[in-house]
Amino acid sequence: MAVTVPRPRLTWRERLYLPAIVAGLAITFKHFKNMLLGRTKVTMQYPEQKWDSSLPEHYRGAPALVRDEDGRVRCVACQLCEFICPPRAIKILPGEIPSTDRFAKVEKYPEQFDIDMIRCIFCGMCEEVCPEQAIYLRKDYAITGFTRAEMVHDKEKLLEIGGVMHGVVLKWNEKK
Amino acid sequence: MDSFFIITSLLKIVGILFVVILPMVSYVVYAERRVSAFIQDRLGPNRVGPAGLFQPIADIFKLLLKEDFTPRAANTFYYWLAPCLAVMPAIITIAVVPFGSTLFGVPMVIADVNVGILFVFAIASLGVYGIVIGGWASNSKYPFLGGIRSSAQMLSYELSLGLSVIPVFMLVGNLRLTSVVRYQIEHGWFIAPFVGDWINPWKWLLTIPMIVSFLVFMIAMFAETNRLPFDLPEAEQELAGGYHTEYSSMKFALYFLGEYAAMITGSAVIVTLFFGGWHFPGIPDGSHGWIFGLINIAVFFTKVTIVILFFMWIRWTLPRFRYDQLMRLGWLFFFEIALVNIFLVAAILPYIPKV
Amino acid sequence: MLGSPFFPQSAIRNPQSIMSPFLFWIFALLMLVFGAAVVVNRNPVASALSLVVSFLGLAALFMSLDAYFLGIIQVLVYAGAVMVLFLFIIMLLDLRAETRRRINWLATAGGIAVALVLLMQISFVVSRFQLARQTFPALPGSTIDDVRNVGALLFSNYNLPFQIVGVLVLVATIGVVLLSRREPR
Ligand code: SF4
Ligand code: SF4
Repeated sequence: MAVTVPRPRLTWRERLYLPAIVAGLAITFKHFKNMLLGRTKVTMQYPEQKWDSSLPEHYRGAPALVRDEDGRVRCVACQLCEFICPPRAIKILPGEIPSTDRFAKVEKYPEQFDIDMIRCIFCGMCEEVCPEQAIYLRKDYAITGFTRAEMVHDKEKLLEIGGVMHGVVLKWNEKK
Repeated sequence: MDSFFIITSLLKIVGILFVVILPMVSYVVYAERRVSAFIQDRLGPNRVGPAGLFQPIADIFKLLLKEDFTPRAANTFYYWLAPCLAVMPAIITIAVVPFGSTLFGVPMVIADVNVGILFVFAIASLGVYGIVIGGWASNSKYPFLGGIRSSAQMLSYELSLGLSVIPVFMLVGNLRLTSVVRYQIEHGWFIAPFVGDWINPWKWLLTIPMIVSFLVFMIAMFAETNRLPFDLPEAEQELAGGYHTEYSSMKFALYFLGEYAAMITGSAVIVTLFFGGWHFPGIPDGSHGWIFGLINIAVFFTKVTIVILFFMWIRWTLPRFRYDQLMRLGWLFFFEIALVNIFLVAAILPYIPKV
Repeated sequence: MLGSPFFPQSAIRNPQSIMSPFLFWIFALLMLVFGAAVVVNRNPVASALSLVVSFLGLAALFMSLDAYFLGIIQVLVYAGAVMVLFLFIIMLLDLRAETRRRINWLATAGGIAVALVLLMQISFVVSRFQLARQTFPALPGSTIDDVRNVGALLFSNYNLPFQIVGVLVLVATIGVVLLSRREPR
């Protein structure tokens, strides 16, 4: 059934329309004035001011590889993150650790580890899935480049962003 | 028609066009963006140069470097012609507006014709061709609707525009814009007659129809220059940009230029008709020294700027009208108000002392 | 002679002193060329726009004869309002159908014949019309306030025709209002 929405009955003052216009002008002028006097709080001026200091602990920025206290790349090239990554941003080429090495027990290390930052959606699945606590989402968010190649973070870059992670489980160390 | 006249005229034309109108247009665009931002609690363009003051230059380069795209289905000749048609009238109109008293004895008006205000209306009414043809030649639905809307809108509001200024000319006695200014110098601005025998109560009674006339004229001017709340030809939300949807690069810039130039000339006409033109109480005219001539010009453009700022203020305050509301407003209210206003002035006129 | 219907006072002036013949020919040519374009163009929009240019040329001719008022009214009313309405209607038509239409040779020939007869008639009349053969003396004064003159003439000599035209326009207005009124439901 069609419903007829009744029009509100306007008083002659409302029908004159001018008082409403003046009231509107007053409102906009108030905003203009407050802005001129610097009373209005406005947006952060981004490149000069940044909110880095107030980023929350759980912020999900660029994924990065980390080293442990011994300086070893924690990744064992199990390729779980490569498998889970929804946009398939990760590409890993595993390599073998020679038996003479101190960490020969680990067997594998990533020879190449690329994350295509054009593809990455900062979902944090890689961090979640990693059995080695080797990949973390850091707080870098301004990831830019002029070419596509520049946007692919290779192993060095990832380690540079990641740095050393302290206080994580060190399961590959020799038992004391 | 001696060479002195020709040279000074050329100087005035070049000066007004390239030193005043074109820079003014670009900075009015900048001001519009800043004012709108301030009203909406934003900052607006503040990056290019100090406080963003070089933004217009960056804009020009951006527009020049953009791809100039012509839709395949468009009617190419008219598609190219239309933006030019949109700019020309707006700029030509300024020719009859006196923008200053005299400078070194040269009157500061390009063409002091005896049909001044009619000239303004006639040329302004040609401005609709740019929009209509642009909308039609684009061969696309939204621009076409914009063009249709604009032709109907301009025709309707030209009536109230013309009728609303008749009281002014009933007082002045001829259509020359310089005489309008002269009259206001001797008798006070039409909006606020503080000069001359300003204690005469009849003159104050006269300001009532004058203010009505001013309001109607200004509102009709909004409609003529396609400014919000009457920007139906380009209503972004309904028509995706209206008549210039299909335009890009410099052709779009020309439309933009035309719109803002029309706004500037419109403000100049308003200032001339109702706010005493280049006159400011206490400041003598250019015959007392060239410095006063310059001050007169400065006063005029200051007033124009204030009116333009008011235009912007309105734009960022009011929502757009619906199309039928627009038509009803034009034909049923402003037209009648302007008409009654003429009779009102005619009734008061006999009591006004002659010069 | 002043205020004769054929020569409004403002236009009576020695043309040589005001207008350079060069300008006259430019504007006259402009008018004629675009006037022809109105007929020749197949595209109605193009025709309408040509007519506008032709009007502008005519207005320029008026103005160069110091008849500013007439010239401006020409622009304001015809170029600015009437032609916009025309364009408004034309744009709503199917233009392609218009350009496809075949030329009706019989009608064309008839039209040309009528035009020729009219031309002959005009030249015949003009050649015998005494007023057209003399040069009018220049009016005193440097500029003419032709707005005032036209107004004064309208309200004195031609007051009755003016009133009648006013009534006619009023009747037409009422007719339009009646015709465009919405049918009562
Ligand atoms: S954050 Fe998500 S998208 Fe980015 S690399 Fe890790 S799993 Fe892939
Ligand atoms: S899931 Fe962890 S250990 Fe496995 S490949 Fe990825 S980063 Fe390396």
